[in-house]
Amino acid sequence: MLRGNSACPGCQANLALRHVLRACGADTILILTPGCSAACQGIYPDTCINVPVLNTAFAAGASTAIGVAASTDSNVVVYAGDGATADIGLASLSFALEYNTDFLYICYDNEAYGNTGAQRSGTTPYGARTTTTPGGKRQHKKDIDSIVCAHQIPYMATAAAAYPDDLYRKVKKALSYKGSKFIHVLTPCPTLWGFPQEKSAYIGKLAIKTGAWVLYEKDSGKISISLWSKNILDKYLPLEDYLKAQSRFSGISDKDILELKRNMNESVKRLVQE
Amino acid sequence: MKLIATGNEAVAYAVLDASPDFIAAYPITPQTTIVEALAKFKESGKLKATYIPVESEHSALSACIGAGSMGKRTFTATSSQGLLYMAEMLHWASNARLPIVMANVNRALAPGWNLWADLSDSLSQRDAGWLQLYVSTVQEAYDTILMAYRISEDPNVLLPVMVNLEGFVLSHSAQPLETLEGCYLEPLDLPHRLDTGTPHTLGNVASPNDYFKLRRDAENAARKSAKVTRKAEKELFELTGRAYRPVMEYRCDDADVIIAAMGVFAREAEAACDILRDKGVKVGVARVRQFRPFPEFDFDGRLIVIDRDYSYGCGGILAQEIRARTGKPVYSVIAGLGGQDMTYKDFVKIVIESREEGERWWGID
Amino acid sequence: MRGGGELIEIRFHARGGQGAVTAARLLAQAAFMEGKHSTAIPFFGAERRGAPVVSFCRVSDEPIKISSAVCEPDFVVVFDARLINADVIKGLKKDGTVIINSQVKVNGFISVDASGIARSLGLVRDNIPMVNTAMLGALARFEIVSLKSVKSAIKETFDERNAIAAEQVYREIIL
Repeated sequence: MLRGNSACPGCQANLALRHVLRACGADTILILTPGCSAACQGIYPDTCINVPVLNTAFAAGASTAIGVAASTDSNVVVYAGDGATADIGLASLSFALEYNTDFLYICYDNEAYGNTGAQRSGTTPYGARTTTTPGGKRQHKKDIDSIVCAHQIPYMATAAAAYPDDLYRKVKKALSYKGSKFIHVLTPCPTLWGFPQEKSAYIGKLAIKTGAWVLYEKDSGKISISLWSKNILDKYLPLEDYLKAQSRFSGISDKDILELKRNMNESVKRLVQE
Repeated sequence: MKLIATGNEAVAYAVLDASPDFIAAYPITPQTTIVEALAKFKESGKLKATYIPVESEHSALSACIGAGSMGKRTFTATSSQGLLYMAEMLHWASNARLPIVMANVNRALAPGWNLWADLSDSLSQRDAGWLQLYVSTVQEAYDTILMAYRISEDPNVLLPVMVNLEGFVLSHSAQPLETLEGCYLEPLDLPHRLDTGTPHTLGNVASPNDYFKLRRDAENAARKSAKVTRKAEKELFELTGRAYRPVMEYRCDDADVIIAAMGVFAREAEAACDILRDKGVKVGVARVRQFRPFPEFDFDGRLIVIDRDYSYGCGGILAQEIRARTGKPVYSVIAGLGGQDMTYKDFVKIVIESREEGERWWGID
Repeated sequence: MRGGGELIEIRFHARGGQGAVTAARLLAQAAFMEGKHSTAIPFFGAERRGAPVVSFCRVSDEPIKISSAVCEPDFVVVFDARLINADVIKGLKKDGTVIINSQVKVNGFISVDASGIARSLGLVRDNIPMVNTAMLGALARFEIVSLKSVKSAIKETFDERNAIAAEQVYREIIL
């Protein structure tokens, strides 16, 4: 990725993409669906990405990759947001994974429709306010990772832009496998989440430290919690620290915080048990 | 090879002979026997293409767009609801200037559910940037799929082509077919294919000015395609002796009345034409084979236009096109929607009862 | 004209699963083998077992232009005698012929025991005799195509027993 893209200051989605492309190398074809990363690539005929890029429609990231993967030995990487992955593109993603298409699908998750200005998505967490859930979302974050794992692909991992070395390692590892690989990257967004732009990395780290986001990988069916999360499994910071730092959770009730915590604990428990 | 085959089998044989690199498709009645035949060809090793039975028509065309962007020859097939489910990607394929070839087996749109022939599916997509061809026999289905590759892959065109054949009455009807042995097409050379050696971006954000220019380029290509299509017709004629034109004329030279129609109805109308001629009525049939770009349409006679399709509030779609092209009054007949059977006797009656101008829903009005 | 002076139109009446579409196609195939023009047209949408279905075949010395349903058949072929009603003989040409699969003679129709022949040859599926190939023998008897062509067409898709069934039906009809 070249310097001079048009992302907002503090954008973790494009920061993560930079590290992803660094790990992928030049022998890569990148597929983008509509979203922040597609909007930030530059305006025709310019581009900030120095590998071939194929833009495709919102629901078509994975299905377009099927055609590309059938036509090349290069790395085929989809970089798509949470809406494109967990909502509109879920059917095509499901087929591509079931078919074990030889590609790496990366979902950068800013937990809302960012490029259209913060509408609720399937991965928006419980209690978070968006422009379409002004009173806070009443449903829990969609567990896209379990959905993905249900396809029994060779490699799946979560990552966070705030831990680039971990992300880099996981991309490298993913690309060493044949078949479908999936990495789910948390990419905090100052604009959508409501925190100062210089705090992006801080918020990303806080997500892990409070247990709101767990770094792990499922390698050939075996789950292992990644270092940064493993170290703090039994000594999480209070979730309130994470919520209070973001205006999207402002005004969240104690009851909702309890509900969030209950759900979070269950997810972590499930992960550790596996 | 000479054999008896259905329209769908002819499409599958043509795809086999076009030797594509990549096929993605999703089954839908009455297209299904195409994808089944291709799966069999693949299983037997005759078909070299990668064949991926995806989970939806949207994905089928998306996957073809992916492979197409890599410079590969692609094919897909669909019908009716499936074509509409592809609608977003139809525009994508043409705007991305990808030479994808698709067979659409024309079928009515729901509700009510109806599996039979009706051209409303593809004609509703007439502005999607695809060149559209409509066939009327099994042989023509075969020939036209091959010609479609020739046209779409021409460097002056690079637009997708949709070959339309009517459901059941053509897709499942068996007729004589003669196939070519092997592929007469040149390898595809897509100038804008993605290549890791010379990285570039396809389809990123375009400013209004650039967007406008890109659309103008595509429009010019669509216009130029007419000339390329004539070349493809000539080439096929030299190979096979079978002649195709954008408008297939039957006894039109001295005709006082021209029946304009598409697909199997036009052939049925030719039988009516013979009967009427015997009675002294000078009738000719103009079968519109090439719908996009819409061809020259210049006849002296009074015009009766048969539409197996309708645009609510605007009338028959072929009638609209012919009116726009000729500026002449048209007697528009809506007939055969949802597979309603029309015999040559019906067409005789239509001509006898026709007026200078007006609209008639055959069988109701 | 509709595709040549000698246009012969055949309509098959059967139940879903009895192979009427295949019969039309095999007849078209046999005619094609003799250098004639032919088309086979199914008239179905969703196929349901047991429901009444029709299919059509046209044979001519010249290219055939019409693809509409056969409304004025020269021949009507009925696979199941219980299907006989007004619709079955509707539009039949004045000198037209109706051939039915029936153990008992039916007045005015050509009756053949195709079911019995099929059963004796083991051509049974789900306990229902498959008579579609046998009934083609009857059409050969009326010289729409030769018995030889019918048998060759059948053998391209089916085993020898089906060709024998057609021949037995052919021999059973005495004109």
